[in-house]
Amino acid sequence: MNLEQLPILQVILPLLAAPCCLLLRRSRLAWGFAVLVSCSSLLIAATQLHIIHHSASGSISYEIGGWAAPWGIEYRLDRLGGLVLLVLTAIAAVTLSVARRLLQEEVPEERHHLFFATFLLCLAGLSGIVSTGDLFNVFVFLEIASLSSYVLISMGRSRRALVAAFQYLVMGTIGSTFILIGIGLAYMMTGTLNMADLAQRLTMTLDSVYAEGASIENPALPVNQTRTILAAFAFLTVGLALKLALFPLHAWLPNAYATAPTVVSTFLAGTSTKVAYYVLLRVTFTIFGLAFTFGQVGLQFLLTPLAIMAILVASTIAIYQGDIRRILAYSSVAQIGYLVLGLSFATQAGLTAGIVHLFNHALMKSGLFLVVGCIATRQAGLTLESIRGLGRRMPLTMAAFVVGGLGLIGVPLTSGFISKWLLVSAALESGRWLVAVLVVTGSLLAVVYVWRVVEAAYFLEPDDKTTSEPHDAPAGLLAAAWVLLGATLVFGIYTDLPVGVAREAAASLMGVGS
Amino acid sequence: MSPECLIVAAVLLPLISAALVVACHQRPNLRETVTLVSGGLLLAIVGRLTGSVDARPAINLVDVIPGSIDQAAIAIGFHAEPLGLLFALVASGLWIATSVYSIGYMRSHGEQHQTRFFCCFAVAIGAVMGIAFARNLLTLFLFYEVLTLSTYPLVTHHGSEAAKRAGRTYLGILMGTSIVGLLLAILWTWQLAGTLEFKAGGILDGHVDPLTAGLLLALFAFGTGKAALMPLHRWLPAAMVAPTPVSALLHAVAVVKAGVFTILKVGVYIFGIDLLGRGGSSVWLMYVAAATLLSASLVALTRDNLKERLAYSTISQLAYIVLGMSLATKSSVIGGGMHIVMHACGKITLFFCAGAILVGAHKTRVSQLDGLGRKMPWTFAAFTIAALSVIGLPPMGGCWSKWLLALGTVEMGQWPLLAVLMISSLLNVAYLMPIPLRAFFREPPETDDESPGTGEAPLACVIPLCLTAAGCVVLFFCADPIYQFLSSITWK
Repeated sequence: MNLEQLPILQVILPLLAAPCCLLLRRSRLAWGFAVLVSCSSLLIAATQLHIIHHSASGSISYEIGGWAAPWGIEYRLDRLGGLVLLVLTAIAAVTLSVARRLLQEEVPEERHHLFFATFLLCLAGLSGIVSTGDLFNVFVFLEIASLSSYVLISMGRSRRALVAAFQYLVMGTIGSTFILIGIGLAYMMTGTLNMADLAQRLTMTLDSVYAEGASIENPALPVNQTRTILAAFAFLTVGLALKLALFPLHAWLPNAYATAPTVVSTFLAGTSTKVAYYVLLRVTFTIFGLAFTFGQVGLQFLLTPLAIMAILVASTIAIYQGDIRRILAYSSVAQIGYLVLGLSFATQAGLTAGIVHLFNHALMKSGLFLVVGCIATRQAGLTLESIRGLGRRMPLTMAAFVVGGLGLIGVPLTSGFISKWLLVSAALESGRWLVAVLVVTGSLLAVVYVWRVVEAAYFLEPDDKTTSEPHDAPAGLLAAAWVLLGATLVFGIYTDLPVGVAREAAASLMGVGS
Repeated sequence: MSPECLIVAAVLLPLISAALVVACHQRPNLRETVTLVSGGLLLAIVGRLTGSVDARPAINLVDVIPGSIDQAAIAIGFHAEPLGLLFALVASGLWIATSVYSIGYMRSHGEQHQTRFFCCFAVAIGAVMGIAFARNLLTLFLFYEVLTLSTYPLVTHHGSEAAKRAGRTYLGILMGTSIVGLLLAILWTWQLAGTLEFKAGGILDGHVDPLTAGLLLALFAFGTGKAALMPLHRWLPAAMVAPTPVSALLHAVAVVKAGVFTILKVGVYIFGIDLLGRGGSSVWLMYVAAATLLSASLVALTRDNLKERLAYSTISQLAYIVLGMSLATKSSVIGGGMHIVMHACGKITLFFCAGAILVGAHKTRVSQLDGLGRKMPWTFAAFTIAALSVIGLPPMGGCWSKWLLALGTVEMGQWPLLAVLMISSLLNVAYLMPIPLRAFFREPPETDDESPGTGEAPLACVIPLCLTAAGCVVLFFCADPIYQFLSSITWK
């Protein structure tokens, strides 16, 4: 089999499948088709990661239409991208396989095919962002992914979903515009959009980038010392911080996750912010480079405090939420803090921690939202009052929640422990004592917000003493939730895959030969 | 079975029995049989391990944290060494006694959710085995957290508002200290030494200066909330809302002893007593322990609720063990290890008695006990023996461990601490002895006669407490084997 075409298939398959879904119209047919496509995507992603991990160069490059980079568009996938793609497609496959059952309560059947088409578009957009090696392509796919996610969120059952989607639309569009301006400015100064080429040209002097004869004021100045590039960098990072929902630009996220259909929250919680984090890594490390980002600009002085604020403030807000979905959403904002914190250390250990947490948190949070979906199939309310005594009514479902919750806290044997272990030891290694203490304090806050749910489900009696028989969620749904949350247990014990891949990915981002 | 398999079996057996307990929830008699049989099996397994402890059998199950250039990989792994084995022996032995007692107590008290109770109990014992046999700090931390989580449902067993509040205190302090203190200390140790393995003579020697060692020790000592060092002791009296068997096994033996065991093990196998003794990094801990010891005894004097008085007594006795570690001499550490055994046996008897008094006479306060000794002679006889052991008077086991601890203070020339130990023994007399004295020598109040339930508690309650009381006496004569056993710890 010819595996050379895999990078493009990864993107084009869901992209072309989306309109086909529209044509299929019947809910069951469209669903079956979408599941098939997402499973193939997963297979492709797994194969690609396998190839990358065992290749000498540690990356795959694919030239679209045979046009060589930097003139043509290049798709480039390294270990980091491979890992992100794997999580992304895995979560998409698991979510889609149970989507029809979850949608029954939330979206009328005649609109299911529209839902699946949009879902596949979103998947195509997100896969495209990760696969491409071209900065403008990133913007295009980012827009595809964002627009489709606005639509997906607005399909939520309550009318507040429309407001949430609109809020996300406004914030997201501001973010995309910032990113586009940033890309434009960088293009203006370097004349290229290919990431590798861009990275190279940014460090060259002005006169070597511009054509001979151009009048330049200060020809010996490196491109990345110019004010335009500084502005480009600022636009890009702020735009990405918005997409990433980095505190204090996170306002759209809790509303969106709490009102969207549970299928959508499940999918987006594990993927969209993770992909934005991936782009942030690409921009800061691959394109602008370590010396520029952390030496010249000093991004760590901005990101470290913001990340810590995200951890502490969002966790504290999560404690005071009454709706499980909002607890999970604020917890996501806090967990994004952990991701960004790892990045802001600018050390290999910190990056490893960030990448591992990307992988682990994606599985955990999607799994937890899926559990919420399971609960929603049996009862309407998702507040702490309405889940009282649920531990006895839905034992397997709530057990899954407990596993995911323990992962969020970072209890040993869950994958959350591994990422926190790596993060704190990275902090200690570079002498960031205060940061280490604050990170573990964040775990304490996680104990509180997770425990409120556990206490309500297991130790509080329901108001109406309707002690019904145990009645768990439908088996298929439950199995899907357990697949994701079981994975957090497995990766908490067998850590070779995420940690091994992340270490090498971090090494190559840091510019250290692996 | 090879010794390595035996260790793994000792950790897994209680967990399997927990699953079986759940499976048998429809048939209480079968369920209790499962608990008793696995208790017996566990004791047999741990007993067999004592024979092979000289070879220090060790086994790694799976690497959880992959190694890097400077740091070794960390695995979930177990080993057997004298200190841990002794702890496992005590816990598994007393598990049987407590199981018999719980069956009597829970049934005659008509408690709800008995399956959950016995299941969590078994999981907690499994966690204790994991702590006792942990080969490295990570494994210890893992089971330390499992122990906290599995005992939470036991503490909040009654489900009342007070129980829930106590449960929050319990979980908050134990989880909080373990995450902020213990986990950070473990990570710091990993950074400094590049390994987390428990090694004879310690792993930190040569990696730390005395100041760092002192700070690290502080993180460990206060991070181990289960050791109930003041000011982190609040959870222990709060946990007394639990049913008495829980207080007896978990809050006099398993949970609190897991705390002091952790501190002892860290002192001996992570720092090494040489490092602690040489650099003086543990001097401050001696005084914290001494302060806890005295003030907890003083608080105990003021408590009228019997279980609460016993809880403060426990806090004080735990500080003896921490003191033994911080003195960092051979005899004081052996004394600390021995005190785990002696105090466990004495304190569990006291709690059994408190429960028996509750079941038999429905009394919870010291001031209500007047004249009860005549109705419950066995219970109060056992109480007297156990109280004497906790005070440290011969011919009870408790005198040996206190003797060794006192010897340690003399060896280190810490005369003020010797005085503290002596004063504390007097305080022990002052808060424990009035209880049997009231029961035996005061006249029962007149109005008490028509109250129901006058007489001994059910046999299933009385027999275990007599056995453990007898154990206190037996330990006086068996102290030498224990001393020899602990002496075989490789110190260097």
